[in-house]
Amino acid sequence: MEVLDMVLFAFTVVVFGFFIGNYVYKIFDGKKTFLDPVISPLENALFRISGINTEKSQSFKAYTLSMMVFNLFGIFILFFILFFQSGFWLNPQNFPNLSWHLALNTAISFVTNTNWQSYGGESTMSYFSQMVGLSVQNFLSAATGAAIAVALMRGLTGRGIGNFYVDMTKTTLRLLLPLSIVYAVFLLSQGVIQNLSPYVEVTTIEGVKQTLAMGPVASQEAIKMLGTNGGGFFNVNSAHPFENPNELTNFIQMFSIFLIPVALLFAYGKFAGNRREGIAIFGAMALLFTLTLGSTYYAESQGNAMLTQLGVEAGPSMEGKEVRFALGASSLFATVTTAASCGAVNSMHDSFSPLAGGVLMLQMMVGEVIFGGVGAGFYGMMIYVLLSMFMIGLMVGKTPMYLGKKIEAYEIKAVIIALLLPSAAILGFSAIAANCADGLAGLNNAGPHGLGEILYAYTSAAANNGSAFAGLTANTPFYNVTLAIAMFIGRFGVIIPMIAIAASMSNKKTYALSSGSVKSDNMTFTIFLAFTVLILGALTFLPALTFTAIAEHVLMLSGKLF
Amino acid sequence: MKKAIEINNNEIFKEALKESFIRLNPKHQIKNPVIFAVTLSSAFCTVLFFTGHFDPADFWFNLQLLFWLWFTVLFANFAEALAEGRGKAQASSLRQTQSDLKANRLIGDKAEYVDASFLVKGDVVIVKAGELIPIDGEVIEGVASVNESAITGESAPVIRESGGDRSSVTGGTSVLSDWIKIRVTAAKGESFLDKMILLVEGAKRQKTPNEIALSLILIGFSLIFLLAVATLQPLVGYFNSSFSLLVLVALFVCLIPTTIGGLLSAIGIAGMDRLLRKNVIATSGKAVETAGDISVLLLDKTGTITFGNRMASEFFTVNGVSKSELLSYAILSSQADETPEGRSIVTLASSMDAKPITLVGEETWIAFSADTRLSGVNIGDVHIRKGAMDSIAAFVELYEGMLDTQCRSICEKIAKEGATPLVIAVNGRVLGVVMLKDIVKPGIKAKFAELRLMGIKTVMITGDNPLTAAAIAAEAGVDDFVAEATPETKIRLIQQYQKEGHLVAMTGDGTNDAPALAQADVGLAMNSGTQSAKEAANMIDLDSSPTKLLEIVEVGKQLLSTRGALTTFSIANDVAKYFAVIPALAVIIFPSLAVLNIMDLASPKSAILSAVIFNALILVALIPVALRGAAFKAQSEEAALRRNLAIYGLGGIITPFIGIKLIDMVISALGMA
Repeated sequence: MEVLDMVLFAFTVVVFGFFIGNYVYKIFDGKKTFLDPVISPLENALFRISGINTEKSQSFKAYTLSMMVFNLFGIFILFFILFFQSGFWLNPQNFPNLSWHLALNTAISFVTNTNWQSYGGESTMSYFSQMVGLSVQNFLSAATGAAIAVALMRGLTGRGIGNFYVDMTKTTLRLLLPLSIVYAVFLLSQGVIQNLSPYVEVTTIEGVKQTLAMGPVASQEAIKMLGTNGGGFFNVNSAHPFENPNELTNFIQMFSIFLIPVALLFAYGKFAGNRREGIAIFGAMALLFTLTLGSTYYAESQGNAMLTQLGVEAGPSMEGKEVRFALGASSLFATVTTAASCGAVNSMHDSFSPLAGGVLMLQMMVGEVIFGGVGAGFYGMMIYVLLSMFMIGLMVGKTPMYLGKKIEAYEIKAVIIALLLPSAAILGFSAIAANCADGLAGLNNAGPHGLGEILYAYTSAAANNGSAFAGLTANTPFYNVTLAIAMFIGRFGVIIPMIAIAASMSNKKTYALSSGSVKSDNMTFTIFLAFTVLILGALTFLPALTFTAIAEHVLMLSGKLF
Repeated sequence: MKKAIEINNNEIFKEALKESFIRLNPKHQIKNPVIFAVTLSSAFCTVLFFTGHFDPADFWFNLQLLFWLWFTVLFANFAEALAEGRGKAQASSLRQTQSDLKANRLIGDKAEYVDASFLVKGDVVIVKAGELIPIDGEVIEGVASVNESAITGESAPVIRESGGDRSSVTGGTSVLSDWIKIRVTAAKGESFLDKMILLVEGAKRQKTPNEIALSLILIGFSLIFLLAVATLQPLVGYFNSSFSLLVLVALFVCLIPTTIGGLLSAIGIAGMDRLLRKNVIATSGKAVETAGDISVLLLDKTGTITFGNRMASEFFTVNGVSKSELLSYAILSSQADETPEGRSIVTLASSMDAKPITLVGEETWIAFSADTRLSGVNIGDVHIRKGAMDSIAAFVELYEGMLDTQCRSICEKIAKEGATPLVIAVNGRVLGVVMLKDIVKPGIKAKFAELRLMGIKTVMITGDNPLTAAAIAAEAGVDDFVAEATPETKIRLIQQYQKEGHLVAMTGDGTNDAPALAQADVGLAMNSGTQSAKEAANMIDLDSSPTKLLEIVEVGKQLLSTRGALTTFSIANDVAKYFAVIPALAVIIFPSLAVLNIMDLASPKSAILSAVIFNALILVALIPVALRGAAFKAQSEEAALRRNLAIYGLGGIITPFIGIKLIDMVISALGMA
């Protein structure tokens, strides 16, 4: 039954991804779409007022500058809202201002599409902060990612990289907003709440008083999933019944995480003029996803022998999971959310078995390229695509090319930077945190699992995922600041090199592929690509994983828990 | 070289051994970042070792580790020195022909005897029979026969004269007869040979774009592994443990791509060397790599695809004349004919069933003339002629014979196939027709099929009419042809293909080929060609063999694929190395992690040592592959990819598991660790 659910999930994602993908292509290649009559006038007015030249493609420098200014401005605004939260409206619970480091961490977190949450939503954020601060960035960070992906698609197919503001606006107005509206209405129909009321005090059947947190949840929930943001309205995220009330919403939430990343792959196929180019990359991602999902599910279904002995639970591991969603949906949700850089959770990853936790980490360590975040999955995967094509080209005795464009020293430099920076952030900060009092202070667990919590935190940050082994208390100046830096490096340390590649590839001559040429649209390539991701990821992080997840697993088998 | 060039392998080997140590000089090392990283780490650890920073209990183990780390560097140096030594030997044997040359430099009318090395571009020298041509140049006056065997290995002398397509001479060749005045076109140190010598000398070698990109990847991988290993110490600091620094360095050296890093320059040098062995001189390494990318080959019909001479290929009888009779008269008609056509008739007819006829009488040879357009022999009263149809028609009329319609239709049919009909007649009697055809070189069709498999399109260029061209194109199996071509057609064609995104290669020898040679991505000039053609080209074939282009494409592809294959192998090796070393480290902190030792290595120490030894030895083991190049087969790229992935990818994963295990068994049996 659970396997059937997974197949149904894959089918739904592919079918909807296909149609949305066509639509995405039409938006960005200037084709007519059914929303034109409504949105075009609005868009044109916006571009006219801001004096944006929609015709001309930006240079690498201009594009990067636009993107950075826009994002830094976003960080500043969000920081301002959070740091002075009590001075704004819509704060029925009278939440105080956030500390400077929490505000900074949260601002960078939401602008970088990470949505790492060092805070608990319902006990920290005013409705104003949630709606005007966080939700806005949920849209814009996803739009930034999509814009970069589109710039790369254009660059690789020789169309010029386009204008950042134009693509960002189009993503927001034509893709994210319409989908979110429909989605939010659906969530409302399923019982997700949407109000601005003060929290409700109720007496439970057991006679205990309980405060029920309220808020504009549905509207934020929609973009949280669609934009692969993952920043929950409530602390427990999609495990909360007001965020994720039933199995249907759970299914749709998982589906909506993958929807746009998959759609972008289909759109890419259209850009490349060969659907198989997109499908080949999709294939590699799907292959890796099947592997990670399989191993997570297997590790979880093995349960924990010691808990069984104690009589706490029999069979599969259920501690930390919502009984509503059971094992299959929890494993699937966890794999989906860490594969895509979403980070929304419906179960507590900290409670996963050691190996499953390790697999979740590995998915993030390779750079969130197994479908990945909106846009981020695509441009992240391109690092590996270019590396793969470089090796393939050499191996058949040809100057390496991708889509008929030479891969040269400049692109390789960019690829290496994009590969190295996030890894350096993950391993470097983990190494620091594991050796200083500030870092160790946040741990709730000892032994390899404690080290795993630290590693997971920086991995999640650098990969812009946002999920956590929540055993780590991260709302401290040390963690807030270092995680913020990791998120910043993990986001822009990849984006900027990828814009550079897009711009440089766009200006290159396209060579004809002869009949015997190696292609990037077939099975051989798909498998090679998947292997490249796996081997590079494994080679970089195996030492670190050995002393966390793997050690913990072996020790668990020998009867030691942490 | 066809000419036996003695390359003393023993000498090169010894020299390379010596060089391995000389090249430890940081100035040299810095050019190879991956190996330099090993050198630095080894030096650093050596200092720590001798200053007593390591645990004395592990003295022997540490000493062995250090040894093998240094060996890794030395082996890499050795590989490079060996490749360079071989290349240099090859080049210097060529250069020998140029050294110690003297020249008669002309200043006004006076000749002055100087050392060839004093010559500068523009000088004029005179070379007489029996003297060596001192330097590359262009004949400006005189005609001489020149022996170029020193360069080409071809013993037949060639004519060199001023003006036209035969004006270029090469230093080191000798004048056999007469004299020539030569204008120096390249001063000492600038000639093609000098440029080629630079390409096989590692020190001055310019890296090609692909090599630079690959080096960047190798540096990138090294940095990633530096990161993975360097953060390991602080990470396990969390457990209040630490590893021996030397062991971490050993892990680092094992993981970084030392195999390909150490062999990279050797592969490049060896590629140039292989080209030189094929008697091709390239002006840049880039040109050789581009040759591997070629997707369109423009080939001159004459000389490349066909022999260029019309040769007898078939006999047709008419009017019930027996075949043997026709053959006999055909032989008689051509016995004295020394043209290639005439000789081919004799050869073909003799190989068939010719019945000897004895004719008695005075023999008068009638040579071919443009007027009569026929040739033959008069033996007594018997007048035997062969010639063009109309000429023979006129000839037989003299004897009141006539050329009938059957014969005419045979001739027309032959002409339609792009061949030339020669009619044979005796007095008034027409015996039959010989078909003269431009013969396609044997084996060329198979070669083109191979190229097609590799995705390379062949285009035949010819001045023939479209009909003839089509017939030969079909016979040779080229993909396309251009008939009635002029030199301008060539350059337009190249530009058109380039616009479509193709990389084009062509061969040429004439001055009017020069623009096209310069326009082509790979231009191969014949050494027998003009100076301007050679200057426009980026490669020169000393053998002047037009089919050489096919071999050059292979050398280019092989060069790149060797790099790719060994890089894949190097990275794939890391999987097994992790399985050997990581468990050895893990048990230090968690003894129960011994279960990770799936290779069942004897002890943590022997595991680490085995991995390091394997890493050093595999470099040596792959030197032959680097020098010879990865095996190359004409096949589609997709097939080549799968093949190389199976050999170097899968092989790269499996080999070290076996290798490390074997080494571990040996060293634990010997009690080394």
